[in-house]
Amino acid sequence: MKLLQTPVQEIETASELEKIINENENVMVCCGRMGPMCIPVYDTMEELQDEYEHVKFYSMAFDSPEAGVIRNAPECRGFMGLPFTMYYKNGEVAHATSSIQNRQQITTILDEKLK
Amino acid sequence: MEKYDLMIIGAGAAGLTAGIYASRAKLNTVIINEGVVGGQMVLTEEVANYPGVETTKGYMLANTMKTQAKSFGCKIRSNVKITSYALEDPVKSVTLEDGRSFSADAVILTPGGRPRSLNIPGEDQFKGTGISYCATCDGDFFTGKEVIVVGGGNSALEEAVALTNFATKVTIVHQFDHFQAFEHAIKEAQNNPKIEFIMESELREFIGDTTLEKVTIEHLPTGNMSEMNIDGVFIFVGYLPNTESLAGLVALNERNEIIVDPDMKTPIPGMFAAGDCIAKKYRQVTTAVADGTIAALSASEFLRTRNTKAAPKPASLSVQG
Ligand SMILES: Cc1cc2nc3c(=O)[nH]c(=O)nc-3n(C[C@H](O)[C@H](O)[C@H](O)COP(=O)(O)OP(=O)(O)OC[C@H]3O[C@@H](n4cnc5c(N)ncnc54)[C@H](O)[C@@H]3O)c2cc1C
Repeated sequence: MKLLQTPVQEIETASELEKIINENENVMVCCGRMGPMCIPVYDTMEELQDEYEHVKFYSMAFDSPEAGVIRNAPECRGFMGLPFTMYYKNGEVAHATSSIQNRQQITTILDEKLK
Repeated sequence: MEKYDLMIIGAGAAGLTAGIYASRAKLNTVIINEGVVGGQMVLTEEVANYPGVETTKGYMLANTMKTQAKSFGCKIRSNVKITSYALEDPVKSVTLEDGRSFSADAVILTPGGRPRSLNIPGEDQFKGTGISYCATCDGDFFTGKEVIVVGGGNSALEEAVALTNFATKVTIVHQFDHFQAFEHAIKEAQNNPKIEFIMESELREFIGDTTLEKVTIEHLPTGNMSEMNIDGVFIFVGYLPNTESLAGLVALNERNEIIVDPDMKTPIPGMFAAGDCIAKKYRQVTTAVADGTIAALSASEFLRTRNTKAAPKPASLSVQG
């Protein structure tokens, strides 16, 4: 069931996430709610979809039990701010951030980690 | 260069409203926005006091305003950075970081405001790993933990009370010996057994390894420094107008707010301002929407009378539904 009202395509299950990161070289997933720290990140991702055609952009609902793979990821240890944003390269976590990020912070990570 | 009749700088409640009115009046209008469309409305979990709309999420209200503006033909360019402004001449123009430029015969400034940060060591490092600016977003990460709330206004006190649903102890650190908040908000915080107060004190540093572990606090009257172990810090220390880049282009008061007349005009012909960025007392969605309406109508009148200089001015301006 979709839980987020964002234009960024939502991943609903852990197995779907697994499949996506294994089938695509570069994937960014914003795992959050519909709150003030998360919406600006989804908004930026929506815009970047056209500019970063080599990256796939997805959202995932933080409160879904299926999002445990992200909530409990070792890269997210110590994270205490929504959203948890994951950057995957060839199926591996290349970077993860906690809390709101602006466009420049996101594009810097994309340019460095998901070339 | 993209050419328009009217250019609006900022897509919060004020800018989107101005966009709705101007494009409905058939002005070729563009809104140029640095951050997320909706501005502070998106930061607001729930809006319960926007008349005619039952309690709604801030982002839903923002989305509806955006859709409305677009449906009347208003263009919105968001997530961009303006690097230069030329607003004094009859034709006003701005240039973006990516090289695009826009010009118009009138401009409405609606850059709003942003949460003030403390600007002390460690603040950037621990954002998301102990430091938060949103209790409704991140409160549950602090279940069973101890947190500090910095600030002494309504939002600090209300958020402190909300955080007691999660945290075992909430310590409010405030720079003065009294609060600048409604009496009921102060009473509610004072009567909450989980809330403690450290008055006349300011945070000086955030310390930790990968997550926040402690803070340094200065007691202002004595200058004494102390350390306090803490799991989280929520910062609510007021708002700043987003007018830094406009300094020198438009008259600002001592709080860096734009000075306008009751028609939202600045002293520069064809330049208007509206919303949280102007010098005024009350900052709400309703007041931003009202200011945006007035600014758009003033700008339309300016453009119309400028284009038909010989025509007599109408006695009064009325707008039909
Ligand atoms: C946590 C919180 C809760 C609130 N709760 C309520 C409530 O319940 N009810 C209520 O009525 N009000 C509430 N408010 C106040 C209300 O949100 C604001 O008064 C109102 O949204 C201000 O609208 P604005 O358009 O003037 O500015 P903003 O919403 O600040 O919008 C300004 C926009 O301009 C952009 N911008 C800034 N600088 C530039 C630039 N140089 N160039 C281009 N773009 C720029 C910004 O990114 C932003 O998108 C709340 C505010 C906050 C922060």
